[in-house]
Parts: sequence; structure tokens; C-alpha cells
Amino acid sequence: MSPSAQAPIRHDFNPYTENGGTILAIAGADFAVIAGDTRQSEGYNIQTRYAPKVFRLTDKAVLAVNGFAADGNMFVKKVKQRLEWYRHAHAKDMPLHAIARLIQTMLYAKRFFPYYVYNILGGIEEDGTGAVYSFDPVGSYEREACRAAGAAQSLVQPFLDNQIYFKNQQAAPGSPHPAHLPLNQVLALVTDSFTSATERHIEVGDGLEIYIVLAKGRNSNELESLKGVAEVTTASEAIATGERLFVLRRELKKD
Amino acid sequence: MNFSSHSTMNPMAWGNLREDAYPEPFGAYSHNQGVKPRADAFTDGVQRTQQPIVTGTSVLAIKYKDGIMMAADNLASYGSLARFKDIQRLHAVGDYTVIGAGGDMSDFQYLQQILDDLMVEEFAAEDGHPLGPAEIYEYLSQIMYGRRSKINPLWNSLLVGGFKDGKRFLGYVDLLGTTYTASTLATGYGAYIAQPLLRKAVEGREDTLTEEEAREIIKESMKVLYYRDARSLNKFQIATITEKGAVISESMSSETIWAFAEGIRGYGAQTS
Amino acid sequence: MFRNTYDSDNTVFSPQGRLHQVEYALEAVKQGSAAVGLRSNTHAILLALKRSTGELASYQQKMFRIDDHVGIAIAGLTSDARVLSNFMRQQAMSERMIFNRPIPVNRLVSSIADKAQVNTQEYGRRPYGVGFLVIGSDRSGAHLYEFSPSGNAYEYYAMSIGARSQSAKTYLEKHFEEFADCSLEELITHGLHALRESLQQDKDLTIHNTSIGVVGPAGEHEHPALRGGFRIIEGEKAQVYLSSMRPKETEGGGTATPAVPDAPPAAPGADEDVQMAE
Repeated sequence: MSPSAQAPIRHDFNPYTENGGTILAIAGADFAVIAGDTRQSEGYNIQTRYAPKVFRLTDKAVLAVNGFAADGNMFVKKVKQRLEWYRHAHAKDMPLHAIARLIQTMLYAKRFFPYYVYNILGGIEEDGTGAVYSFDPVGSYEREACRAAGAAQSLVQPFLDNQIYFKNQQAAPGSPHPAHLPLNQVLALVTDSFTSATERHIEVGDGLEIYIVLAKGRNSNELESLKGVAEVTTASEAIATGERLFVLRRELKKD
Repeated sequence: MNFSSHSTMNPMAWGNLREDAYPEPFGAYSHNQGVKPRADAFTDGVQRTQQPIVTGTSVLAIKYKDGIMMAADNLASYGSLARFKDIQRLHAVGDYTVIGAGGDMSDFQYLQQILDDLMVEEFAAEDGHPLGPAEIYEYLSQIMYGRRSKINPLWNSLLVGGFKDGKRFLGYVDLLGTTYTASTLATGYGAYIAQPLLRKAVEGREDTLTEEEAREIIKESMKVLYYRDARSLNKFQIATITEKGAVISESMSSETIWAFAEGIRGYGAQTS
Repeated sequence: MFRNTYDSDNTVFSPQGRLHQVEYALEAVKQGSAAVGLRSNTHAILLALKRSTGELASYQQKMFRIDDHVGIAIAGLTSDARVLSNFMRQQAMSERMIFNRPIPVNRLVSSIADKAQVNTQEYGRRPYGVGFLVIGSDRSGAHLYEFSPSGNAYEYYAMSIGARSQSAKTYLEKHFEEFADCSLEELITHGLHALRESLQQDKDLTIHNTSIGVVGPAGEHEHPALRGGFRIIEGEKAQVYLSSMRPKETEGGGTATPAVPDAPPAAPGADEDVQMAE
């Protein structure tokens, strides 16, 4: 008999679990959109219908976190504290590209006991362009125009590839594909992505939170007409650099 | 090779494709015994909680008009043995908060000590900044997440309910440090059996349910759990946390009817 | 300078029961430029006089943000202030990490007072050479505290520290009963009047040498969307408040407060083991 067969049966403690849900972000020319559903689940259980996965870091940076919720919440908390120290030292908010590198460093620091979290960072760069950064759990990252992650990544990403990057689409002669879509089209794609994912994936649903970051001076006309939009710009006058932050909430099916 | 944990090889896991990843609550009585631990030089080194020993089952809680109502039975099991039948699984922390626990009872009593010590410190400060349910919940979450990160978890699922400054609070935290808040919560088997009943009765009615109605919902759910959960006991307590403070009731029981069992093959006196 | 028999080690009492090193540390606070703090029912504010070492130098930093709801003004050694304010920031953040709430201001002040006390008792240490005025708002309202290197911390309606702060204190003592119902603007004007008292004869408050720190709801001259957290008003933004001051009374004017010495003169006597020399 092997020694392990005689040993009393014990459960290996698994410090991780998977809490479902999906996040996505899309960069525009002078805006960024970062969204996530609000369902938190474990296995077949819905734990809660409202647990945010998208967080305001600054007025120009929004972080979406998906995977193991406990790790995700702790990670966001630690990023926020690092940003607070940056504010103390420099009396301004950390720029987006610097936050991206900070996140890579913080994730890689736990390379051998990783935060089991997929991060997507969206916002406005110092040059006023919309940007999306996506990360793997150990910190590998790149800047992209759009990214989906989480339970329904395999449903949403191909859709985005087709609609944002125009993959498998032939442009009509003389009218090339646009490099960036307008905000109202992007918002429509985001909502459609989530309603579709809700239909086909059991872990997606309940509620949808869409953060919209507008570059300095960009008009907010498209947003004013929408229902359920609230401005959440909060930086104090002293450090504000003109970006504006909005959140748009929508219901998703609860079954 | 040990294939027993592979869901397709283990008949007990058929139809439950996720048992590998999501074992039964507390794992104490799972059919799927999972991967056996490897025996290496460190096996007998530091002792950690690898499994719960004396366990409590579900805890239920809901929001209602005046605050939070929470319930748990008085049983602490030793595997399938009903070992202790007068255990308190609801515990008041300060004037505004009650916590309820499922899972390992010794870990829970350790947590009670930590929280009681914290509240003594708080009381000594007497500076008008007492900890409310939201603060206690955060503190507890940090302990739970900290211990899971040391791979030395406190094997519990906990509910934190409270009422302070006119606001209700209800949250969940477990051995992984997973947290969430909702207007109805249930741990252990309650998450499967009682949670659907609670949601149906409470969601959208949090601000109108009276204490009497809330009590009926909780009692009914505790009865259903007693019928279906083999590790439960028909002796339970109900806590209310309102503007008036935290009150944990005396133990009570539900009226149950077992006459129908006579007719069930394998349960009654049938011989063939 | 001072020279005493019992002052080479801060852990040794003098026969009069005094710790000279601690008292010298309090002198370091008095060497720093003045800071004034005062409080109404809704706001707590700080005002400080920034010094510049010369035409080519920048003005020193007199105020530090600790957390959303807390800020300090300092008088004394800026380097010691940085160490202590860093500690306060850590305390504030750990309260947010552990309990997810802003740290109660009294607990924050006690924590640095306790730290300072250790330095007055342990061998091989020196007291901090800096004093703070701390303002903050928490669930029990707006607060003002003074912290000093002796390890004392008290709450005040109004207080001043630093060079020639006695003159500012005299102003505050005369007017503090009016503060409770003041608007933010009125409160700042009071604060500026008090701070002005600490100036030398030929100096004046300008947008360059004045810092204003505030906790409490946005005032008339601030952005209405501003949350009530700690903010520092300096430079051009301070102009509107400086302009609100009533002109300085001229020398010999009716209501001008008489010059008050920084500290009451030490009573000569047997209990005095200090030999003073300039």
C-alpha cells in the first residue's frame, strides 16, 4: 500500500475560487468605456445580484477586475492606496500609463501566489487619447483598442473583434473602416455584448455598470440624452485636469 | 494514479459537473473525497486547518423594514454525529451587530474572542466612534482573507447583520475571504435550499416587511431546512438587530409533520 | 543660548522636575513661522505664514494633507514634520484598510502624541522639534487639535503656534466666541487677522506667504461640487480672502493690540535653574 492511501483523508485547501461575471473596455479617440455586469456567483449559486467589478481609480482611470472576487477587491484596494501615496507625493493624479505599469508590478510581485484576477484598465492618456490596457493575472499587459475578459470572454471578444477591429469584414471601396467608433455606437455595442452574454452564459446578468471617461474639453451631448447616467467626476479643483467621468447603469435579466 | 476526483470517473459526481471546483459546503460530508494529499517531508510540519471538525450548518438572514433578522440552529455536528445540541451560532458584537457562523465551531469561537477583545478596546476608547456593522464586517473580511492567504484558513461561512445610524447592513464572508452584501443571505445548505425561498419572499419588499412577516419567512425557511438538511436540528435562535439594538432570542422549534414518511419506501416499516 | 546642568540627556529630570530637552524642543516650535487654527460649527481652518530664505528660494511648505478629511499645519523642523505626517498618513490608510472608514481625528492625534511621548522617556532619543495644528472632520463634526513635542495633544476652539504666536492668540481669545456661527469666509477673515498679528512690523500677508487649509462644506468662492474634504488654498486663490481683511490699524491706533511678548518673562527665583544668555 502506498503511504498516501493509509493517511487520513484530508481536503487540500484551495485558496482560490471563480466568481463569474464579465468585464469589457473599449477605447475611443477621445473617450474610453469600461463596463462589467454586477452578478457575483460561485458554481450554480448567485451570491449577490449587485457586486461591482468596475472601480473609479481617478477621474481619468477606471479599473475593471474579474476572476476571484476576494483577490479582486483586495487588489483594487491596494492599487487605490498606492495612488493615494502618489497624490501625497506629487499633488496630482497618477497618469494612466503609469497606473498600467504600477498594476503590472503589483501583479508580478505576487507571481508565485498570484491574484487570480483579470484586469482591464481604461481611461484617458496624458495626450488626451482614449486607452485600454489589459492584463493577465501575473502582470503581462498591453495597450489595446478593446478587450473583454471573464466568464463570457469567449462570447464577447469575437464579437468585438468583428465590430471594433472589423475582422472578417471587407470595407467598401473608397470608404475604409474607421479607426475609432463614435461614443453612441460604442455604448450600443457594450449593451448588446452584455445582453447577449446574459442570454447565453449563466454567470452573466442582473445588472450592468458602464463607466465613460471623456477627455478634457470633449462634449458630453450623447450622454445627456441617456437615461440613468450620472456624472461621478470627483477630483478636487486643485488636481483636476479636465477629464470627466460618468456612470451608466442598466438592468440585465436575472434568470 | 488517482482518477477518483475526475468528475466523469466518479459516479457520485455525475450530474454535478462542478463538484471538483465547488465542493459541498464545508466539505465535511462530501461524497467526492477529492485528491488525496501528497505525503512529503513537510506533511507533519506546521499544523493547519485542513478540514473542519465540529461543524455548524446553515445561517439565514434577511433585511426587513426595521432592520435585520438572522437565524441559526443550535447544533454542532461531529461528521454525521449530532455532537452538541445546545451550541450558540449567533453572537452579538457590540450594540449594533450580530454575526452568525456555519462551518468549524472552534474557529468561530476563536473569532468571537478576537471580536470581543476588539470591542473591549473600543469600549475603553469611549470617544464617540464605536464600530458599526460595516466596520466589523470589513475587519472580519480582512482576518478571513489574511488567513486564507497564509493557506491557514478559519473554516467558516459568516453572516454579519447590523443596524446603525438608521442604516441596515447585511454581509457575507467566508474562509476564502469572499465577500458580498445582499438583502437576503444564506450559508451552507441554506444557500441551496433557503435562499430561493428568501429571495422570493423578500426581494423588492425590504422596506415594507414587518417584523412579524420577516419572522414567518425565517421560521418557514428554518423548517424547510430541518426537513431537508440531515445536519440540522429543530432548535434554533432568531436574532433581530434594529434601532433598539441587537436581540438574540431563546431557542425555539418549528411544528413538523412526519406522518407522510410512513409511506416512503426505505424510511418507514416496509419490509420489501 | 541656554546652558543647564541637567539638559544633556532628555531622560534625566532637573531638581525642579523639568525635562530641559523637551523644553528646548518646544523652543524649536517657537522658532518656526506662525500657524493659526480655528473652528466654527461647520468648518475647521488653518492659516500659516510661509517663510522664504531669500529672493532666490521658494517658500517653505507649511501644510500637509493627511487624508481626505484631515490636514495639518506645522511650526518647527520641517524634516521632523515630514516623518510625523508620513506616520499619520499610514495610520489613516490602515484605518481605511482594516475598518473601511476615515480615522477618527482624535485617535490620529493621540497616535502621534504617544509617539512623541516615547521620545521624552527613552534613552538615546530626542524629542521631535515640531508642533502641529491638526484639523479634521469626522462623524462628531469639525475639530482642531494642537500637538506638541512634549507628547501633549489638546482640542481647541482656536489656537496658534510658532513665532510671535502669542499675538495671534490674543486676537483669538478676544474673538473666539464669535467663531461658532461664522461662515467659512468670515472664519478665514478672522484667521487672517489673527495670523497678521504675528507678523513683524514691516511685513504683510500676501498670496505668496499665506497658506489656508480648510475642512468643511464648499464656501462661496469655491466650486459648488467640491466635497468637504481637506484642501489647501494658496496663491491666486487666496487673494479673495486676503482682500476681505480690514486694513491694519496704524501704530498707536485706538484698537491696536499692544505688543505682547512671546512668553511671560521667567520669574526669577529659587525654582529657576536656568541661566539665560542671548
